[in-house]
Amino acid sequence: MSATIAHGHEGAHGDAHAHSGSFLTTYVFSRDHKVIGIQFLISTLLWFVVGGLLALAVRWQLAWPWADMPIVGRMLFSAEGGQISPEFYTMLFTMHASVMIFFVIIPILAGAFGNFLIPLMIGAEDMAFPTLNMLSYWAMWPAFILMTASFFVEGGAASAGWTAYTPLASVHQAAPASGTGQTLWLLGLIFVGISSMMGSVNYMTTIIQMRAPGMTMFRLPLTIWAMFITAVLQAFALPVLTAALFMQVLDRVLGTGFFVPEGLMINNETAGAGGGQPLLWQHLFWFYSHPAVYIMILPAMGMVSDMIATFARKPIFGYKPMVYAIAGIAGLGFIVWGHHMFMSGMNPYLGMTFMLATMMIALPSAIKVFNWLGTIWGGKIELTTPMLFSLAFVSMFIIGGLSGIFMAATPVDLFIHDTYFIVGHIHYVLFGSSAFAIFGGIYYWYPKMFGRMMNETLGKIHFLLSFIFFNGTFFTMHILGAGGFPRRLADPYHYEAFKHMQPMNQFMTICALGMGAAQIIFAINFFGSLFFGKRVGRNPWRANSLEWQAPSPPGHGNFDFQPVVYRGPYEFNSPEVDEDYYPQTQPPPEKGGQEKQKEGEQH
Amino acid sequence: MPVEFGPDEFKTNERRTIVTRFWIFLFLLVPILGVGVFLWAPYAGVYLPQDVSTHGHKIDHLFTFILLLTGAVFIATEVVLVVFMWRYDRERNQDPVKFTHGSHNLEMVWTIIPAATLLFIAIYQMNAWAEVKIDRPDIPPTLKVTARQFEWRLQYPGPDGVLDTRDDIHTVNDLHIPVNEQILIHLESDDVLHSFFLPNLRIKQDAVPGSTIPVWFRATEIGAFDLVCAELCGWGHYKMKGRLTIESREDFENWLEQKRQEQEAVQ
Repeated sequence: MSATIAHGHEGAHGDAHAHSGSFLTTYVFSRDHKVIGIQFLISTLLWFVVGGLLALAVRWQLAWPWADMPIVGRMLFSAEGGQISPEFYTMLFTMHASVMIFFVIIPILAGAFGNFLIPLMIGAEDMAFPTLNMLSYWAMWPAFILMTASFFVEGGAASAGWTAYTPLASVHQAAPASGTGQTLWLLGLIFVGISSMMGSVNYMTTIIQMRAPGMTMFRLPLTIWAMFITAVLQAFALPVLTAALFMQVLDRVLGTGFFVPEGLMINNETAGAGGGQPLLWQHLFWFYSHPAVYIMILPAMGMVSDMIATFARKPIFGYKPMVYAIAGIAGLGFIVWGHHMFMSGMNPYLGMTFMLATMMIALPSAIKVFNWLGTIWGGKIELTTPMLFSLAFVSMFIIGGLSGIFMAATPVDLFIHDTYFIVGHIHYVLFGSSAFAIFGGIYYWYPKMFGRMMNETLGKIHFLLSFIFFNGTFFTMHILGAGGFPRRLADPYHYEAFKHMQPMNQFMTICALGMGAAQIIFAINFFGSLFFGKRVGRNPWRANSLEWQAPSPPGHGNFDFQPVVYRGPYEFNSPEVDEDYYPQTQPPPEKGGQEKQKEGEQH
Repeated sequence: MPVEFGPDEFKTNERRTIVTRFWIFLFLLVPILGVGVFLWAPYAGVYLPQDVSTHGHKIDHLFTFILLLTGAVFIATEVVLVVFMWRYDRERNQDPVKFTHGSHNLEMVWTIIPAATLLFIAIYQMNAWAEVKIDRPDIPPTLKVTARQFEWRLQYPGPDGVLDTRDDIHTVNDLHIPVNEQILIHLESDDVLHSFFLPNLRIKQDAVPGSTIPVWFRATEIGAFDLVCAELCGWGHYKMKGRLTIESREDFENWLEQKRQEQEAVQ
């Protein structure tokens, strides 16, 4: 507390807002990174609702196939008499994954948290390119519109899986929805890519060029390191996806046949001149989409590291190994894409190479887990809502990381590939880990964003229900997969061998409904706290990094003083000071400091 | 005037103690129930199905091996997490916080041990992979499987013993193979991607239009099993179901002869 008061800028709060601009340029077409970050946050949270509802519809069908959906069934599927049709079911899981990956997890981590936190945490007044930053948000809107429109075109939205495997996705007559819906999906993703690329260039430039005096690279919070490396991943991997998306658009619109072999007849109709290869799509798609998996987890890892250090009141254990682990994951992330294709007909010798690289990528993940455990060892843990979500992240990431080893082992993958085992794995990584870190991050940085706390009691109820129902929904997927239960079947019980797994699926669906309902509590807390949350000062969690030295919420230009950085962001309980935290901007004590530091080293 | 609100304001009282214990118990449930579910799974019949192939036990062995290994790591790390949450809770931990930035030795230990373990798994599994996907038997194909929306077309060589001649025998979704014999299948697709999945033979291979992909195995028991399509192939993917019948050489030949006669009668 002394640190914030030492700066004595409490009164500067009002001045910081004193910049001119109409409502439109301040809140809509804003170039302020904080407004853009919050725009990303609100947009992605709304899409989270859409993606979640699509998932619940998938779960409904898996529990009670062909049963009339209560209440909303008549409205949604009047043509089928209130039931989900198989065409509709394929659309549901395709759009659930597409929305969650491209409209929620990637933009909420990079767009919302990246935008809001990067300038604040490095002590800059804004991004390097504010206009580009604004455009990166508005480039999402064509994507939002195209994707929304695709639900209403003839044949419905894309339904060839979020991986859009060719020729199913690229040949019109292969599926009812492989018409306009698929084209709109491809065009939508091209816009998402443009948005990500603009963000990526901006983040890299900002982090390299705009750091406050004294903020060396190894004094950056791990959140920023993760954002930086994620931006590098985006910059190198995205062009490949963009090229692939354009090629599939050309296949569909001009009949170029990049991904269609010669002489292919589908539904008694020729599929074009051919001369292409279906596997080419898979290589190009996964060359981006595997690094994208790390784009969806690395920033979450960074955020969790910051929260764990703050609430254990202890420095991060092994800061540099943590940085190297992030870099290691990113580097290896480029040479493991083939592990999605072990069963695809790819050269089996090549499969062994990808297997080896995939096994090795488990290593930096393991190092990170050990270091998080090392961080809470010997600390003074306070189980606030963000800390609960962060520790749940660690707990769930252990499961998601270990289940990956099964799929990396090629002979085991032979059996569990395309079963519910992989569905369980991906949800432990993307929901149990990434989404939990996102929830934690929202509770943690909300006071900085809006100047008010979110309600702790509601937050803990939200955590409790999400945690229980999440595990109830997804843990059982591992044994379903071990039982051979295939994914993406509109009616798995068509097979005699899977009939006895239906009660388990019903249990999972009930848990999923509970998890959905728990998010209502979060929504009430999020929007209610805007008006009723307890007002806070600059540093409610008594953390060290720079964003907590700025006013809450920071005004235009962020800091009302020039931040100068003296140390790393995790100096909690430093022997140099009496307080249990030591902000990066606080000058070292003038006398006696040396002796105390020596004392500290002996610990 | 904004108020400060931080960890210190979380009052140390009886309620906090109970609530903290509750959270720690919740995290303890993860390893307990996680292990419990896997112990219960075989009894519920939701586990690796019956294996009737010569190579399947190697895959099942690897699955079990990795399950035990990851299970041990899972229990250890989750329990350490819970113990630390309990021992180093702000209220319980009366010692000063350990002001440390890490330990080079520990980092080396937990880098090298997992690295060696992972490398071992990687090498240990290579033989099984080679057996199923690389060491292709040098025999003429037993049959050709052509996947298409939404059925399996099966083509056996006729009396001349050669595939793709006029006397070939065709069936749909009805796959018969002789027991205890090396089988080689040529897998093709007529339209989109499919995946030839025989859960009980631990066989899975995508069918790719424009390519002929070899699939081989040897069945060890007589019986009827599922043939599943495991790659999304359109709206009817869920009903692309075939039946695998493993039978004696004699029954197989009788069946084949019967199919041939039925086919001739139609022609």
